[in-house]
Amino acid sequence: MSMELERTKNNSQLPQSAAPLFPADSIPEDLFVPEPVDASLQEQTSGPMKSVWQDAWQRLVKNKGAVLSLFMILLITFLALAGPAMSGRTYDEQNLLFSNLPPKVPGLEWLGFDGIDSKGINQYEVRGVTENFWFGTDEFGRDLWTRVWKGTQISLLIASLAALLDLIIGVAYGGISAFYGGRTDTVMQRIIEVLMGIPNLIVIILFILILEPGIFSIVLAMIVTGWVSMARVVRGQILQIKAQEFVMASRALGASNSRLIVKHMLPNAIGPILVTIMFTIPSAIFFEAFLSFIGLGLQPPLASLGMLIQDGYVAMRYFTYKLVFPGIIISVLMISFNLLADGLRDALDPRMKK
Amino acid sequence: MGAYLLRRLGYMLVTLLVIATATFFLMKMLPGTPFNNDRLNDQQLANMNAKYGLDQPVAIQYLKYMSNLVQGDLGDSYKYVGRSVTEVISERIGPSALIGFQALIVGTLVGLALGVTSALRHNSLLDYTSVTLAVLGMSIPSFIFAALLQYYVGLKWGLLPPALWKGYEYTILPTLALSVTVIATVARFIRTEMLDVINQDYVMTAQAKGLNQRKVIIRHVLRNALIPVVTMLGPLAVNIMTGTLVIEKIFSVPGLGEQFSLSVIVNDYSVIMGITLFYSFLFIFMVFIVDILYGLLDPRINLRGGSQKG
Amino acid sequence: MSMNETILSVENLRISFHLQDRVIQAVRGVSFTLNKGETLAIVGESGSGKSVTAKSLMRLLPKQTTRITDGRIHYQNMDITTISPRELESLRGKEISMVFQDPMTSLNPTMKIGQQIMEGIVQHQTLTKAEARQKAIEMLKLVGIPNAEERMEAYPHQFSGGMRQRVVIAIALACRPNILIADEPTTALDVTIQAQILDLMKSVQEQTQMGMILITHDLGVVANMAQRVAVMYTGEIVEIGPTDEIFSNPQHPYTKGLLQSMPRLDADRQEPLVPIPGSPPDVSRLGTGCAFAPRCPYVMKVCHHHAPPRTSLNEQHGTACWLQDQRSLKARETFQMQRS
Repeated sequence: MSMELERTKNNSQLPQSAAPLFPADSIPEDLFVPEPVDASLQEQTSGPMKSVWQDAWQRLVKNKGAVLSLFMILLITFLALAGPAMSGRTYDEQNLLFSNLPPKVPGLEWLGFDGIDSKGINQYEVRGVTENFWFGTDEFGRDLWTRVWKGTQISLLIASLAALLDLIIGVAYGGISAFYGGRTDTVMQRIIEVLMGIPNLIVIILFILILEPGIFSIVLAMIVTGWVSMARVVRGQILQIKAQEFVMASRALGASNSRLIVKHMLPNAIGPILVTIMFTIPSAIFFEAFLSFIGLGLQPPLASLGMLIQDGYVAMRYFTYKLVFPGIIISVLMISFNLLADGLRDALDPRMKK
Repeated sequence: MGAYLLRRLGYMLVTLLVIATATFFLMKMLPGTPFNNDRLNDQQLANMNAKYGLDQPVAIQYLKYMSNLVQGDLGDSYKYVGRSVTEVISERIGPSALIGFQALIVGTLVGLALGVTSALRHNSLLDYTSVTLAVLGMSIPSFIFAALLQYYVGLKWGLLPPALWKGYEYTILPTLALSVTVIATVARFIRTEMLDVINQDYVMTAQAKGLNQRKVIIRHVLRNALIPVVTMLGPLAVNIMTGTLVIEKIFSVPGLGEQFSLSVIVNDYSVIMGITLFYSFLFIFMVFIVDILYGLLDPRINLRGGSQKG
Repeated sequence: MSMNETILSVENLRISFHLQDRVIQAVRGVSFTLNKGETLAIVGESGSGKSVTAKSLMRLLPKQTTRITDGRIHYQNMDITTISPRELESLRGKEISMVFQDPMTSLNPTMKIGQQIMEGIVQHQTLTKAEARQKAIEMLKLVGIPNAEERMEAYPHQFSGGMRQRVVIAIALACRPNILIADEPTTALDVTIQAQILDLMKSVQEQTQMGMILITHDLGVVANMAQRVAVMYTGEIVEIGPTDEIFSNPQHPYTKGLLQSMPRLDADRQEPLVPIPGSPPDVSRLGTGCAFAPRCPYVMKVCHHHAPPRTSLNEQHGTACWLQDQRSLKARETFQMQRS
């Protein structure tokens, strides 16, 4: 203890000299001459200036999950567009001779694409089928490769349409509500609060019941309440931006409303809007599948991921492959969109980063 | 408290009114009559319409419908002659409530445990694993999980009954299938909340007092992170209700969800509408309860006006 | 019990932040001491490492991202940089306490303030609940909260900013610590409230003879509160000494710059305010020379290449600047000529 105290005292009140890299005495005296002040050294910024978007992009690219997700989405979208044409068969071409054939891809037998069914019989040999069906066939002998990608295409189409319409309605509603404020805003927000209280599934089901089943009625049913969250996001963003000084400044300088909206508010609100869209798409994909599963979806011979899963589920026990492919694709799509949306949110708003 | 309660109650009633009205008019817009049956002649059809009150002016029908609704009368089933929708629902509610409730409890508890440990071991392998599982659980549709559970646990391995409703063990698979999303949602939510709270200044204040890590976590972090979890109850309830529609179908559970799918197939509109309304009411009621609960738990919500936290 | 009894000594403290893509040396070899009953102010611009230094004295920096890479913090017989979590717990709040910058966020929003004060008391003293409560009420009275007994049951959001900071101070002082670290305690408050809070801290210090480390960027507060000042720049103490000496005879060009950029009531009105040109450098990309060299009006060739050693003017006053070196005599003359 006494030693410790001794030491503390020896340290005295003065800062201790840290060992310099270079013994101070050996520095030549001719270095001790005045230097002109170089103003260029005074403002050190960390690297070249980057725009918000470049910055966000760089953060996004660092996120491996998001990059992989983006790749998967692009790959699946590509296959959804090009896939149906690759097998040379249409999605509704029936041929009972080819019914219930397991998947077969020459060269990929070791992966299970060997044409052998759940009983261990090679259906292709037994039935003398020389063609290969990559994802197998359904009970009407329709090519599942074509149907699965056609279905993916339709699911993606439904989701994109729903997201696009949500965007248009949401931006308009939220923008008007926030921009005009006051009583307009109050009334519009009360309406939203009531709509928020209604579970969207219920609305979707009700609308599907009265509309003829089809792609557009599913989209319509989904946007009836779907735009609400977009409107809230847009309103929140615009209110936030409206309160910021640069907007007040340009308003003080006489900028017009439309100029304010186009020049300042939309560019600043675009990040959260993009994130909301990225979350809307998977939920739309899910709802489509869900509706098809409970029998409120599209009508055959049209295919969607949900219908294929429903068909696959019914045949799951003996023809597992019918469920596996659409099941994997919908899962990968949902995971990818969710991860990408997460990644985008983190990249656009580093403060939110966990 | 009074004003806050009244305000929430007001919202609840308006929302209910909107839903009920919308439901009524949507029903009027349905294509065709409910009695699309070739064996019925005109006279019989007129009788049927008279019996269900469908021959009266829409305004009268609406008033009658609303007054019945207030008394809990959802009308009669178009399919099961002589049975009221309320009867159908009350017969079917038991199994749905059981698996729904079980899934909520299991899901919340497991989700909390996963989320809390994940936040406390931030950036550890355990954290990464549970975050990955949460993303999978939230993204993969519950009917895919249900199908997988049924195929492997039920059919291939034969560990649990794959379907039907003949005893307690029959509830396990549907409950598990329903709880996956709940687990994932709760785990993710609580993890984010915890990490947010851990970085708050008041946690440093607590540490600076000399409290040990356990006390800091329990008294300051957990408490503040758990309060917002209450707000999850509404969305979770919807999630579970949505889930029951498909999961009961998959596991042949004689609940409301299965009844719903059944009614969709046979166009029993009054039952479909009844179940829809019932689910809406349940959801709105949950939201109301959550609002009140939140007001009670968070001292910052002053119960006069319901100000937001900040 | 002399005023010059050293109660805390920091030696060559180095702290780094480990971020995802880089390591930042936030504190680079800081040394100072604190005496019983005195107030040491640490001043500097934001990012100078003053707040990090303060938090490190109680090891309150996030474990995952910060490392104390070198140095010691001596308190009593301990080196705070190496003590066990248990020792740390008995140190925090009892021996050393801290008041934080923002009273709006430094109180738990869902816990009654009485509870928040009692928590620390119960932790360090064996008291019954009633006794702890009594003690907490005393503390609230001490920091000037009216109706202390009723206010025990209130939540933080029911208090104004100034009142919350009083509560934070009550929490910090509840166990009569030997050292109080105040990290910009008045920055977030209105000017009128600032003076009240500073007076409160001063009067408590007079009663308890605790040592105080006041982190601030406000030289007015320094002049009013501190006996000694340490000036920090980019993680280093560039000058340390008694307050009046630093104000009347600053040695380091940065200290001079700080003083010239501050309006003073006693100064000649003709004397203009001179801002320091440029802005502090990015700490993650410092060269081998003096960190202030690019902005220094008295810069010499040597400054760009070699870090200046720390030299002492007298027993109390020290600085790290090449102008203190004998070899710079000629250069100093040149500077003087340029000035006049």
